[in-house]
Amino acid sequence: MGIIEAGKLVFEYIRRDEEGNAEGITRAVDGVDLDIRQGEFVAILGHNGSGKSTLAKHINAILYPTEGAVLVDGKDTREEENIWEIRQKAGMVFQNPDNQIIGQVVEEDVGFGPENMGVPTKEIWERVEESLKAVGMYEYRKHSPNKLSGGQKQRVSIAGVIAMHPKCIILDEPTAMLDPSGRREVIRAVRALNQVEGVTILLITHYMEEVIHADRVIVMDQGKIVMQGTPRDVFSHVERLRSLRLDVPQVTLLAYALKKKGLPLPDGILSAEELAEALGYQKG
Amino acid sequence: MAIILDHVSHIYEKDTEMAAFALKDICLRIPDGQFIGLIGHTGSGKSTLVQHLNGLLVPTGGTIYYNGEDIHGEGYDKKRLRSKVGLVFQYPEHQLFEMDVFSDVCFGPRNLGLSQKEVELRAFQALRQVGFPQEYFYQSPFDLSGGQKRRAAIAGVLAMQPEVLILDEPTAGLDPRGRDEILDQIAALQKETGITVVLVSHSMEDIARYVDRIIVMNKGSVLLDDVPKEVFRRYQDLEAVGLAAPQMRYIMQTLYERGMPVDTDVTTLEEAVQEILRALKKSNLLQQDDGTAGL
Amino acid sequence: MLRDITLGQYYQTESVIHRLDPRVKLVGTILYIISLFLSGGVCGYLAAALFLAVVIKLSRVPFRYMVKGMKAIAFILLLTVVFNLFLTPGEPLWQFWKLTITEEGLKISVLMAVRLTFLIIGSSLMTLTTTPNNLTDGMEKLMGPLKKIRVPVHEISMMMSIALRFIPILMEETDKIMKAQIARGADFESGNLVKKAKAMVPLLVPLFISAFRRANDLAMAMEARCYQGGGGRTKMKPLQYNKRDILAYGVLAIYIAALLFVRNIRILP
Repeated sequence: MGIIEAGKLVFEYIRRDEEGNAEGITRAVDGVDLDIRQGEFVAILGHNGSGKSTLAKHINAILYPTEGAVLVDGKDTREEENIWEIRQKAGMVFQNPDNQIIGQVVEEDVGFGPENMGVPTKEIWERVEESLKAVGMYEYRKHSPNKLSGGQKQRVSIAGVIAMHPKCIILDEPTAMLDPSGRREVIRAVRALNQVEGVTILLITHYMEEVIHADRVIVMDQGKIVMQGTPRDVFSHVERLRSLRLDVPQVTLLAYALKKKGLPLPDGILSAEELAEALGYQKG
Repeated sequence: MAIILDHVSHIYEKDTEMAAFALKDICLRIPDGQFIGLIGHTGSGKSTLVQHLNGLLVPTGGTIYYNGEDIHGEGYDKKRLRSKVGLVFQYPEHQLFEMDVFSDVCFGPRNLGLSQKEVELRAFQALRQVGFPQEYFYQSPFDLSGGQKRRAAIAGVLAMQPEVLILDEPTAGLDPRGRDEILDQIAALQKETGITVVLVSHSMEDIARYVDRIIVMNKGSVLLDDVPKEVFRRYQDLEAVGLAAPQMRYIMQTLYERGMPVDTDVTTLEEAVQEILRALKKSNLLQQDDGTAGL
Repeated sequence: MLRDITLGQYYQTESVIHRLDPRVKLVGTILYIISLFLSGGVCGYLAAALFLAVVIKLSRVPFRYMVKGMKAIAFILLLTVVFNLFLTPGEPLWQFWKLTITEEGLKISVLMAVRLTFLIIGSSLMTLTTTPNNLTDGMEKLMGPLKKIRVPVHEISMMMSIALRFIPILMEETDKIMKAQIARGADFESGNLVKKAKAMVPLLVPLFISAFRRANDLAMAMEARCYQGGGGRTKMKPLQYNKRDILAYGVLAIYIAALLFVRNIRILP
């Protein structure tokens, strides 16, 4: 059984005009089936408005399905009494770091989740320390979040989630507002969590380079899952991805362009080394 | 006609212990019609620099000339300057405030004291220039999609008919297609009207694809200022200040290290394709001379 | 610019005052303010000044930093002094046109100025040496008994601490929106009051929208981190009185007693 399961998930909301009259119904998520294993690193791609954020909010029980169901570690998100357990098990990191840091001091912010869960004081301190160390922000524990860079703030947000000891972390475009070095910092921290701590990761992003190391890539469009597979499988379909307003990593794009010029290259090349080998330049 | 920065410095919190150089002795010339990329690590002074170009910040040292006139000189019309040097901030859609898109775009030209007819004409033109669909002209700006909001906001500055357009990360937060569409539109606009564009961006791929000149900022100074090829040739200098060359360059570097006879001096996809094909042809010929099979 | 208001913003350093329990500082500040109105006469003010000087010294906050923060409210101070100076009836000292300065007026305005200055420095000293979180924790604990009469103590203090956290962010945002609208030719400075008020619309609408968006995001982020109000929460930094806090209460008591003593000396013939 997977850590996150969704069956025929549908989410609808009513569009209203300025006077508040119903104008119509929008299906933001439309019949999604999902099964994510413990320890998996799953990336979700999709253009703005494809329903990927809405889907993510279901896993944390911030939104509830109109139809179908979401199970987190076997618990149904629709059951009122499961909510807090689900939110603890499936932590969530949002796009704007400024709008999710509550504390005025880094360590106090990281302690916020455990405080809410009623963790004893001594253990809160232990959790805060280990979480800040896990994202490499321990030396900033006494700083004010306002003075940190975007990447650092986002790592604090991640630490705040880890301190709740979740089984899985959902990151909703955590790098969208960061510069390249901030993006690298955050992705490095996320990958380490996945590999070292075995935390299940669900990463929503617009940056194709961040997806290469995922175990599985899910592509969404109009509330539906339209592609799914390993990064190699998914990035083999350059034209398809482009028609979904997405992109492929630069090296994949280069290989694709070369193939179109008649070179016999395989689809879905993901690194410069692979390209070199495919072109006949072996290692050494 | 140009913007000239003559030994411009800017110190924040001057006369306090926290005084810090945001700009240090900058000398630059921005001639008409160039497409310039401005890059630098966060905190390198690039936003401070662009805010000097339209007089929002006053330098603590040095002089800025626009078309030969000192912009902080006595009696200089700052409002006119701001209409000529249009500055679009990051996430410009956060500045939308009118009930409908069209009125919002009218805000800029109306502030210039133009006639109603002229104001509307300019707003209409600007919205067309950014490819904003006509059926949404009278929609509330808050109901639009991210990309359309961004377009409306850029049109709000374009409607003042600036001679220089400065864009601070115009594609932040958009999806890949959204990014390409906005940049293509700006590039087309630049070609069509000959307007000077300064593009602040973190994406070296975007910079490499569009601009004629790159200015690299570091710690408040200009580190490099040259055509893209020359700037990216010094990728080690870029890496030392937390930047990088376009990824194509690194891909080519790997190919070269694996023994492929390619020139690594490549910045765009098209160039990379050409270079690899050329190298293959060359080595194929050589290998065929040896009697071994090529690819 | 807005950023220049340093009045009462936390000043990071290590000192005895910084380490005191926030409740001590809260109670101390309130008592100090009361004492300013209790004490009369030069001796009383000297005692108050001495007490303040010692605390400032102990706090290790540069005096210059405090004075810089006071500039923002110097105007209010001046206004009070002027009002008292000219509007207090009594024995005329100096007369010019319709303005009269009386002996009583002079006395009261000097007293007022001293009192207000001490009051402002005293209370800003509290915020300078206490992190806002700590302060709200202290308030929550002090007001704890009010919970019994259904005062939402936890909610009030949570609201305060969030407000404090977002003030710098919203200030920066205001600055940015203002610049962006100026870049579109907006004019926030010239014109009469009506025109100025109208010019604020392009600033206020985006600012409010942004504030609401942030509030919405923050509420979601808090819920996602299992926030469900004050019940069942534990504290990472629970407030506990130390020896030094007890000592500080002692010092406070001595100060108040001394002040009352000095005051009585004056009253006795």
